[in-house]
Amino acid sequence: MNATTHVYEPRGVARAVETGAAWLLGVLWVLPLVYAFWTAFHPGEYSTRFVLTAPLTLDNFVKAWHAAPFARYFVNTMALVTMVLAAQLVLVTLAAYAFARFEFPGRNVLFALVLVQLMIMPDVLIVENYRTMAALGIKDTILAIGLPYMASAFGIFLLRQTFKTIPRELDEAARVEGCSPLQVLWKVYVPLARPTYVAYALVSVSYHWNNFLWPLIITNSVETRPVTVGLQVFSATDQGIDWSIITAATILSVAPLLVAFLLFQRQFVASFMRAGIR
Amino acid sequence: MTRTRQWLYAWLLLAPAMSLLALFTHYPAVANLWHSFYSTPKGARPAVWVGADNYVQLAEDPIFWKALVNNFGYALGTIPASIALALLMAMWVHGKVAGRGFLRLAYFTPTILPMIAVANIWLFFYTPEYGLLEQFTKGLGFASHNWLGSQSTALACLMLVTVWKEAGFFMIFYLAALQSMSPHLAEAAAIEGASRWYFFRRVTFPLLMPVTLFVLVNAVINAFRLVDHIVVMTRGGPDNATALLLYYIYEIGFRFWDSAYAAALTMVLLVILGLAALFQFVVLEKRTHYQ
Repeated sequence: MNATTHVYEPRGVARAVETGAAWLLGVLWVLPLVYAFWTAFHPGEYSTRFVLTAPLTLDNFVKAWHAAPFARYFVNTMALVTMVLAAQLVLVTLAAYAFARFEFPGRNVLFALVLVQLMIMPDVLIVENYRTMAALGIKDTILAIGLPYMASAFGIFLLRQTFKTIPRELDEAARVEGCSPLQVLWKVYVPLARPTYVAYALVSVSYHWNNFLWPLIITNSVETRPVTVGLQVFSATDQGIDWSIITAATILSVAPLLVAFLLFQRQFVASFMRAGIR
Repeated sequence: MTRTRQWLYAWLLLAPAMSLLALFTHYPAVANLWHSFYSTPKGARPAVWVGADNYVQLAEDPIFWKALVNNFGYALGTIPASIALALLMAMWVHGKVAGRGFLRLAYFTPTILPMIAVANIWLFFYTPEYGLLEQFTKGLGFASHNWLGSQSTALACLMLVTVWKEAGFFMIFYLAALQSMSPHLAEAAAIEGASRWYFFRRVTFPLLMPVTLFVLVNAVINAFRLVDHIVVMTRGGPDNATALLLYYIYEIGFRFWDSAYAAALTMVLLVILGLAALFQFVVLEKRTHYQ
């Protein structure tokens, strides 16, 4: 992570100008968030009046929490994210192993069929997938929100690349000792691919925590709505224009992810990097 | 293991993932084409074959054309800006700028927030009379302006939100590439007397080309895939000034429940994404960096 001693580091005036520009952009970038925090933690009359002596309050959070079943929405989101990730890890591991270390007819065609999902994501196939869920009789369930995403082309691709870098000698040594292919996968490949799993898990969790349009379409009740949809239902209908409460609800809904991000910042950034290098 | 056993093994390993992919990616893409040639079933009346009727309707639908033009404008307005900013951010936080940790955090944080939450925050920012933007422009003596409520500014306001959210995400990929670049390149170039700008233009930027193309394809997909902020901030208005293609599909499919016409609209979206895929296949896959 350390910057190497660059010969092309700016010096003198150029350095000051660049640092200033970088900071200006940085401040602009956090401004909307700072603004949101200000509004949420102050009484309504201070939401656009920036006085340092404005009293701090948690009232907006209390009101938001009681105005909508956010506890239930959080449970739904947790269930969704856990279910999707668990299914993804199993499916993706098996498929990536097959693509990385087996020779079989149709391998290239099947791999191309997997890659199709990188372009045509479930996000755009909402009309047909809604029809399918209705036919399966699972509309308005948490399972229906997660099902289209469980076989993840991105995960298969990422893990296949990782598995391919693992020396075949390790694989062969395990087989000589009498391991079946599944045992080899479990004892050799999975432990060595741990950083990739962590990276993939973080990307997947944040994607599904944040996903909105498909859950909005397929869910229709408090028992199934994830927190993103709950937030939208709440801010669109219940509140009119009480911005302090809406902003508090917004911060509430992202708080777990934001706290996790601030605590494990390095891992998040490293994970997104790892996921991006193909 | 014999060869046939190995084949069987591989197919069994693939079966769960492939069947889910088939059910929720391949089947819907094909079924969508099929259903776009039928009418929408209404009540007791089942769907009937209508040939190209839905496509004729599409060709004559001014809102569709508006959404398509909007979407390309949105892509053109957001993608180059996000990529340029991402590159700039990456160069800064890769170097030894003061407060690097804070800057990296500041640039990246919008990325992990849900678009829906981001949209709520920005909605307040743009609110007439009360919003921060209004307070600011009024303070400077400008007339009050309904930023999201007028046709001329609404889409630009949404584009700003998108750039804000995406630049930090793309920065990560540039940063990863910059960190894997050998410092010897810079040293060698300095010995040859290359200026900083020359070094960037002739060495760094070309070496980052695979990242730029990767980011570009992702940005194009996102421009056609992500409409959460439209739902929250404008609902496609005013007068369809901010309708994007997927948002229009959502409206037709799930507010007017015209699934056949929505299927025809989805085909247009699939063709656009298919072209992006083709571009990636032709341009990116030639580059050995990727395999």
